[in-house]
Amino acid sequence: MNRIAKHIYPSFIYLFFYLPITVVIVLSFNQAERSLIWKGFTFDWYTDLFNDFDLLNVALHSLEIGLLAATVATILGTIASVSLFRYKFFGKKILNGLIFALIVLPEIVMGISLLLLYTIIKLPLGFWTLLLAHITLCVPFVTVTIYSRIVTVNKDIFEAARDLGATDFSIFIKIIIPLLFPALLAGWLLSFTLSLDDVITSYFVTGPNFEILPLKIYSMVKLGVKPEINALCTILLGVTLLLITMAQLALRKKQ
Amino acid sequence: MNTFKKISVGTIWLWFCIFAIIPIIIMAITSVLTPDTNSLVSFKFTLSNYTQILNNTYLKILLQSFYLAGSCTLICLILSYPFAFIIARSQSKYKSLLLLLVIIPFWTSSLIRTYAIMAILKAKGIINVILLAMGIIHHPLQLLYSYSAVLIGCVYDFLPFMILPLYANIEKLNPEYIEAAQDLGANKFTTFVKIIIPLTMPGIIAGSVLVFLPAMTMFYIPVLLGGAKNILLGNLIENQFLTSNNWPAGAAISVFLTMIMCAMVFIYWRSSKNKNGKFENE
Repeated sequence: MNRIAKHIYPSFIYLFFYLPITVVIVLSFNQAERSLIWKGFTFDWYTDLFNDFDLLNVALHSLEIGLLAATVATILGTIASVSLFRYKFFGKKILNGLIFALIVLPEIVMGISLLLLYTIIKLPLGFWTLLLAHITLCVPFVTVTIYSRIVTVNKDIFEAARDLGATDFSIFIKIIIPLLFPALLAGWLLSFTLSLDDVITSYFVTGPNFEILPLKIYSMVKLGVKPEINALCTILLGVTLLLITMAQLALRKKQ
Repeated sequence: MNTFKKISVGTIWLWFCIFAIIPIIIMAITSVLTPDTNSLVSFKFTLSNYTQILNNTYLKILLQSFYLAGSCTLICLILSYPFAFIIARSQSKYKSLLLLLVIIPFWTSSLIRTYAIMAILKAKGIINVILLAMGIIHHPLQLLYSYSAVLIGCVYDFLPFMILPLYANIEKLNPEYIEAAQDLGANKFTTFVKIIIPLTMPGIIAGSVLVFLPAMTMFYIPVLLGGAKNILLGNLIENQFLTSNNWPAGAAISVFLTMIMCAMVFIYWRSSKNKNGKFENE
């Protein structure tokens, strides 16, 4: 009895997680435009997507922001986790708490507080405001990811390197980065996913001239469900699945 | 002092000051200024943005949000606890795959997952099609655009946020404590209530924080699944900022939310500190 429950209960949760997603994926290949009845396999909705220049442009924006935000956030997150691990400095505990708080902070609060900042410094909403917001959104996640790996590093390595005359900068480049490369990669992939999927923060800090995919999907879904949305969501789901699996593999390898 | 350290620490502090601390200070200041139709705010101090949270319409929304977020958190906790427990204690060689299958929805866009729930619940959605085909119902049920739909959507979206902290906590749980309790004559129920629950309390609280806060503020879940009937704090803030242009009021609600967050984080911090100290020292 107990054994059966141990198998059935998790299966029920997994079904709950994956059934709705599977329905969207199946619908994206269904010829029927509005109903669930299977009318045959088709790639039509995907061809429609790839012929929609407007949409491709929006996708390009998302990709651009994602690549840049993930890269900058990874650099900042690496520096932050290394500093927290190696150095004692003024406000270290506060920084630690701040990073934790930013992960828990409701995204809407981050969105509107940045909107207020941009309004005051008169930065027009668009590419830059969005990029800066995404970087800020991602840094805490990268820091936590890398920090969880850096604590397993033996601090003696740094001592040894320093005794042999290495500066902190060369220790960073020659020891820390190669040693933590899998965690850096994981942090980058997670940031990219975060940026690619973000709705709430972006909703407040981007302007009408710079649309990105999640917001485009939001307005498409609000206006009414067209079968192309299923295809678009399927593509994004596929990308997320790939990135997250890669990130997890990178984090797991050396354990 | 070496330059590398100075540059590293300086860059991080500078970034967080400009893009996190200063914006939140600006938000706090805005929340005590007077709304102005022409220039968004006029620089006159007032507390009316806060007192107005307590008037009827706002209070109703506030209570609704608390109620929804609370129910969502409770349902997630009840669903997640046995699940996290089974997976964390599993001896299966596929354990890491089982975990990955929870991590994937954790990182997947909740907008897309909300949309997936729409596809399930709508009049021509899979639930209605199955029920109609089985002859259980004769007309499609109105599942979408209801309070239940919003609740289902929230549970679906935030379940991984509850499972993962619980999993991390339960996995660290030392089985010797459970064995010790049972050796000393505790039955399964007593062991669970007196040993397992207190030891996993930090996970329970962490999961609850991660579910409760976003559940109150995810403005697109009520819009897509509730048909705008069920307005939440998130919708209220969005409205104040983007529709009615009452920024001070929106800022005040956000400050209020931030304070709830701080309180919850504080409770978490206390609980994880106590629990670690208590059992390690004894």
